[in-house]
Amino acid sequence: MSTVVDIRNLGVSFATDAGAVKAVDDVSLSVQRGEVLAIVGESGSGKTVTAKTILGLLPETATASGAVVLSNRAGTHENDVVTLSRQRLRDIRGTDVAMVFQEPSTALNPVYTVGWQIMEGLRAHGEISKKEARAKAIEMLGRVGIPEPEQRVDHFPHQFSGGQKQRIVIAMALVLEPGLIVADEPTTALDVTVQAEILDLLRRCRDEFGAAIVLITHNMGVVADLADRVAVMYQGNLVEQADVDDLFSSPQHEYTKALLAAVPFVGHGTVHAEARAAARPEGWAEQTPVVRAQGLEIEYPGRFGSSGFRAVRGVDLVIRPGEVLGLVGESGSGKTTIGRAIAGLTKVTGGSLDVLGAEMNGIREREFRPLRSRIGFVFQDPASSFNPLLTIAECVAEPLIIHGRARDARSARARVDELLEAVQLPKAYGDRYPHELSGGQRQRASLARSLALEPELLIADEPTSALDVSVQARVLELFAELQREFGFASLFISHDLAVVDILADRIAVLYHGELVEEGTGAEVLGSPQQAYTQRLLASLPVPDPALQAERREQLRRLREGD
Amino acid sequence: MTAASATVAPPKRRLRDRLPVVHQVRQSVGLQRGMLVAGLVMVGVFILTSLLAPVLAPYGFAQRKDASGAFGTQQPPSLEHPFGTTVGGYDVLSRVIWGTQTAIVVIIVAVLLSIFIGVALGLYSGYFGGWLDRVLVVVCDAIYAFPSLLLAIVLSIVISGGQSGLWAGVLAAAGSITVVFIPQYFRVIRAETVRIKAEAYVESAKVLGASNSRVVFKHVLRNATRTLPLIITLNSSEAILTMAALGFLGFGIEPTAAAEWGYDLNKAQSDVTSGIWWTALFPGLAIVFTVLGITLVGESLNDLADPRLRGRRRVAKAAGQVAETSVVPGGTLEAGPGGLRGLEDGESFDEHGIEVKP
Repeated sequence: MSTVVDIRNLGVSFATDAGAVKAVDDVSLSVQRGEVLAIVGESGSGKTVTAKTILGLLPETATASGAVVLSNRAGTHENDVVTLSRQRLRDIRGTDVAMVFQEPSTALNPVYTVGWQIMEGLRAHGEISKKEARAKAIEMLGRVGIPEPEQRVDHFPHQFSGGQKQRIVIAMALVLEPGLIVADEPTTALDVTVQAEILDLLRRCRDEFGAAIVLITHNMGVVADLADRVAVMYQGNLVEQADVDDLFSSPQHEYTKALLAAVPFVGHGTVHAEARAAARPEGWAEQTPVVRAQGLEIEYPGRFGSSGFRAVRGVDLVIRPGEVLGLVGESGSGKTTIGRAIAGLTKVTGGSLDVLGAEMNGIREREFRPLRSRIGFVFQDPASSFNPLLTIAECVAEPLIIHGRARDARSARARVDELLEAVQLPKAYGDRYPHELSGGQRQRASLARSLALEPELLIADEPTSALDVSVQARVLELFAELQREFGFASLFISHDLAVVDILADRIAVLYHGELVEEGTGAEVLGSPQQAYTQRLLASLPVPDPALQAERREQLRRLREGD
Repeated sequence: MTAASATVAPPKRRLRDRLPVVHQVRQSVGLQRGMLVAGLVMVGVFILTSLLAPVLAPYGFAQRKDASGAFGTQQPPSLEHPFGTTVGGYDVLSRVIWGTQTAIVVIIVAVLLSIFIGVALGLYSGYFGGWLDRVLVVVCDAIYAFPSLLLAIVLSIVISGGQSGLWAGVLAAAGSITVVFIPQYFRVIRAETVRIKAEAYVESAKVLGASNSRVVFKHVLRNATRTLPLIITLNSSEAILTMAALGFLGFGIEPTAAAEWGYDLNKAQSDVTSGIWWTALFPGLAIVFTVLGITLVGESLNDLADPRLRGRRRVAKAAGQVAETSVVPGGTLEAGPGGLRGLEDGESFDEHGIEVKP
């Protein structure tokens, strides 16, 4: 085996308004031919910058030191990307190294056909006739698993699904047969079931096309599924490098151990749920539910002349007091819509939705407003859920002021300090502005705000999906703690079965706006009855290479069974 | 709480970093800084001149004679009249200096008249939408097609029958510009409002049960005003140009009521062909100087507000400290129930959320 890329003592600094900031510090790495190297680390650890340096894609504000020696596929010549001229960089991009981007819908140009975009790479590197290029594009589309490539080559990006678009992006990367593919979070924007398919395709890139892959990801399950070797980055440094089996079985560095310990593992939460269920008093199940949906339908109005979009079709669900219902589904399954409908943000168009004794179908905002003090809501993105011009204390005091419990932010301060302590933030953080807090801290402040009025019902819409794994673990722990303390009922929405599993008493699985399966964690995750739930569960990569290989096999059987 | 409660508040940004324009000057580098400073100096000279006009100007704007007798018409520059005199017998230097006052009044009136209406309509239209929104957008689009100068002429005739005094002339210019400016403020504020309305913090306020007026004024308005300084500078220069154009076309302000550059240019038209350059040159230069200064400030504020357009010094190879980007510094989660150790002491963030160790 020979080396495809050899990174030696790479350092990258950025010019920012606050002066120079070093993103990557003295990193040395190498990738062998036909190998998948995963670079893992939390956001800001320098993994993406390292990978972009391989393609010479650093922005103008960056300066790099050290060397990135890239050899071509045949291994006949080598280039140092850091010192290469722009002209030469263009020559090696595509032929020696190619990139797969995170967001397939933005990586493709919407005004050109996919065939044109694949051919563009071919025509940029050497003379090739239009006919040959087209034939090659069709061949590539077929090889990455697009059905009917002869017709689909003339289609535009919007005519493909998200997973297919990522296949096309991979085809574009493969078309010049580069020795190395850099894949930056290639499956993060995709649903779990689609992710499994793309991971299969990437594995074929290595096996059939013989390309080495640098895989950047924060998902340890993906690492366990695909990688041969793992490099762990932390604050711009490479802290550990090991074979995938060694890394998962015996991590050496403290940070790696902490990172692996923080990864949620599906099936570990059922024990807690059973303990909680056993501790419930008699007659608990007969209490009036906080939320009861019967045949709930929600339709988004269409534009003139087109019919509306039915996001939720006849869902029945119940949340009893003090119970956490986990709502799982892929994007577009209607899970967020249900959460928003319960909070009165989206209109209910059919069926019945009873929230805290009020019928939401046809309710007026004025009648619902008094009830709002009994409902808390935690948003997905902690970065945007705070008004950037108000301090944290002012933001947390908002519900108190609105519902007349305090006159202004200053008189609410004592209560705000209590709340901040409840979510384990120092009191002094109340005087900071939202941008001065990290993502996890902001999400905790968001929890404090939603709990300010001690609501009976808390709706959490993907509260941890924007957070790093290690932070996610802390926020989830805190959520469970607060739930024990305050005893609120909760609708916990997530796309991640493992996350829902940690918290939920019961789990409901949504698919295309319909509730396909509902039950306790042990029922749904232990012995799923519906085919979709089985697929969903099998698609979820677990952070254990040996176990993941078994699951992959299981998923393949499930697919063939279809 | 454990060690975490001992945290001290992050140091406040120093005053000089928080003042609006001072902050931008400090932030800028190279050509952008040059443009901004040049613009600021020009605007400063303009404002100072208008404030100190009574001291700086050797004569009054309507003065035609002094103790030693009449100035004489179309006199070339001399010691008594450094910029010469006009065909009407006024001192050119004095009229150029007094003209700054008129210009500033036009700017203030025009901006004041349009900003409140534009912002209020934009907020309402963007936040509530509905049929009024659609009507307003159509009306505003239609106004773009309307020549503002023609409107200014009509207004000036309506207000005072053409020739007018100081306030009539100012109102004609300012009023006509207002009609064109309101759509600009409207559009900008409406677009920002529509964007902010979809932000999670507005939804979170709604979920909390906040009333519409609270959401609009507390959360939307304060976040929507970012681009206003830029429009104000651009509109100010347009206000001056419209005023000058009105004066040039003969709808300006009587020379006895106020000094006005456009009027002087109009009267200087015939001078140019007879080789009398000083009557046209200096008022013209004053207009160019003022508009250029304001536009430079506006353009560079615009560039600096956008991180992608903002220039930065290049950093030396591998310079700088590794940013504390990790949320779990120290590598391990040494956390008790009181929070994470190392996470909550002493780190601070710059305004872009990059954490820097002090």
